[in-house]
Amino acid sequence: MTDLGDRVAERPATRHRHFWTIPRRDALVGYLLVSPQLVGSALFVLLPLGLVVYYSLQEWNVLAGTFEFVGGDNYAKLLADPNMGQVLTSTALFSVGLVVLNLALALALAILLDQRLRGTTLFRTLFFSPVLVSLVAWTIVWQFLLQQDGGVNGLLGVAGVDGPNWLRGETTALLSVVVVQVVKNVGLNMVLFLAALQGVPRQLYEAAQLDGAGAWTRFLRITVPLISPTILLTSIITVVGSLQVFAQIAVLTQGGPGMSTTVLVYYLYQQAFQFRHLGYGATLSVLLFLIVAALTLLQWRLRRKWVFHES
Amino acid sequence: MKAPGKLAALTLAALLAVTACGGGGDAAPAAQGPQPLRMSIWTSNEAHLKLFNEIAAEYRKSHPQVGEITFDPIPFENYTTTLTTQIAGGNAPDLAWILENSAPDFVGSGALVPLKSKVENAGELVPAATRLWERDGELYAYPFSTSPFGVFVNTDLVKAAGQKTPRELIKAGQWDWEHANEINKAVAAKGENGLTILNFDYKAWDNLATVWQGWGARAWSEDGGTCQFNAPEMVEAMTFMHKAVFTDKSMPGPGTAVDFFSGDTAMAVAQISRAAMLEDATFKWDLVPLPAGPKGEYAVIGQAGIGVLKKSPKAELATDFLAYFTNAANSAKLAAYFPPARGSLLTADTMAKTSPMLDGDQLQDVVIDGIEKGVVKPSHTGQAELAQTVRAALDPLWKPDADVKAVLDGVCAKIQPLLGG
Repeated sequence: MTDLGDRVAERPATRHRHFWTIPRRDALVGYLLVSPQLVGSALFVLLPLGLVVYYSLQEWNVLAGTFEFVGGDNYAKLLADPNMGQVLTSTALFSVGLVVLNLALALALAILLDQRLRGTTLFRTLFFSPVLVSLVAWTIVWQFLLQQDGGVNGLLGVAGVDGPNWLRGETTALLSVVVVQVVKNVGLNMVLFLAALQGVPRQLYEAAQLDGAGAWTRFLRITVPLISPTILLTSIITVVGSLQVFAQIAVLTQGGPGMSTTVLVYYLYQQAFQFRHLGYGATLSVLLFLIVAALTLLQWRLRRKWVFHES
Repeated sequence: MKAPGKLAALTLAALLAVTACGGGGDAAPAAQGPQPLRMSIWTSNEAHLKLFNEIAAEYRKSHPQVGEITFDPIPFENYTTTLTTQIAGGNAPDLAWILENSAPDFVGSGALVPLKSKVENAGELVPAATRLWERDGELYAYPFSTSPFGVFVNTDLVKAAGQKTPRELIKAGQWDWEHANEINKAVAAKGENGLTILNFDYKAWDNLATVWQGWGARAWSEDGGTCQFNAPEMVEAMTFMHKAVFTDKSMPGPGTAVDFFSGDTAMAVAQISRAAMLEDATFKWDLVPLPAGPKGEYAVIGQAGIGVLKKSPKAELATDFLAYFTNAANSAKLAAYFPPARGSLLTADTMAKTSPMLDGDQLQDVVIDGIEKGVVKPSHTGQAELAQTVRAALDPLWKPDADVKAVLDGVCAKIQPLLGG
């Protein structure tokens, strides 16, 4: 903007007569067009973000109505919190499990549905439909299915397997939440992968086949590089999403058994809203924000090493 | 470079504006005209709401300055969390029901308006009922429900399993946990559910006080400073319960869905206000006191108070309505569902008039005796965090091969720092 202004200023003849030069008018229109989005972002993203940092420096007792500046006390508490190790471990296990399972399954489904076979449209709809279902309704249904005497164990029983009490075992509870979330959202990544796969030119496969490349080599050398921008996109969305999973945990396990499913976002909900440590909850939000930002930045940086078509 | 600078300034200004009113949360002065009032409650039972609305309508006839009075039900499971979030968000109700487990937090924090001089004839309130709601001789919430826990019995299921009913056992002087367990074992062997503790669901452990009190166990010492989860009485009580769940199968295990009110369960430990849910029951039922434990007969009570929030700009109006809502006449009406704390109402005769669902024996044995000798469910300052920590530490107990003593030692190791020592 300053550059434009300077360039206009170099032309003294038009300087006073026409303030609204074409570049200035274009700039104004541009700003007006982006302003709703800009105002929205400022109000609903930047402002809360700033407030969270501000609240993390306070001790806010909702019941007593006191609001005191405590400086770095909440950050010191974070470093000394005996639950943090368990919470971060659960968060990491949950995110890694979710991302790996979701991306692998989404890609596998997309490849299967990319074949020219009968009925693929039906299956596409089938796999995508959970994305459209209300999250809480979906989770409540799964809660019934995963009970000791629920549908999942009923099916296993038909096969002669005595299923575990899914939501009461530490490992099975975490696994259950991951699977419920993956089945819910895998359709979205699948559709993105499918679109990317359909953009891969068929001639490349034919040429490779003529050169004697097997199916696996074709997949690794042609498919993966050509859909790598989509892999990057889906992995960023899924990593960020995995760190924000809340409703499923609130409905299915409430963080238990023990603290096995108490991931960071659920722990921050407990601290802020259940235990009424709003200042400390805000501090945990800052931590969550930093983790998400760092992971996203890392993925963005690493893209140069493996994403095709990037400069 | 100018735009980002302006944006930053704008954001900062907005931030300051919002935070200026964020922390204090003092609401704007009340507008003119009839003032609406809102009371947060956790029941959505139609009969309860109908009664509240009738009392409110009656009040408004003589108080034109009061507008609509809304009874705002919040789901019981997240009641306190939702209420405090409303308060934090500047959307506090004028009046709120308060659960016994958060009484120390609400009363101790100074969030509530003092009521003693406003409540009609406060002198007749039973001391056992007001103790939790008092601080320095002042009353901060009206104990509108002092509700003993009893055992609801599906007598059809008990008889179908060829067992004596609890009522018969009471007459024979044999109504204790051992006998109750035998009945439930027999019912479970027939494929139905034995005994369930309502709202417990292997998470809300404070409801287990209805069992462990029979062994003389406590969650923590009287002064709240020492964990007593690993005391011998508690280990015995929890061992009994563990055996009932995993060996005898007389209590439905974790992750099993049961619904006493639909008739699939022989017994349910619950507060008497649940009787309202049995109005359309398709089975024969009874209400009996909790079975005796090794330490003899006992009773456990849950409490609920109504407080006026200091934050409400209409606190004075709200206090006046609360005084009306809980006066002797209305207390008698509320007694149909919520056992009263007024001494004059605590007789079987008076209560029989207002509690059509319960008969004389049920009222005397469970309600009146229960309120007299009842111990209140555990409560402590910072209850939400304690509850969550105990829940997490107690989870390993709900497995077939659990080492009861080791788990309970673990609970104490976790909560002792929170108890303050």
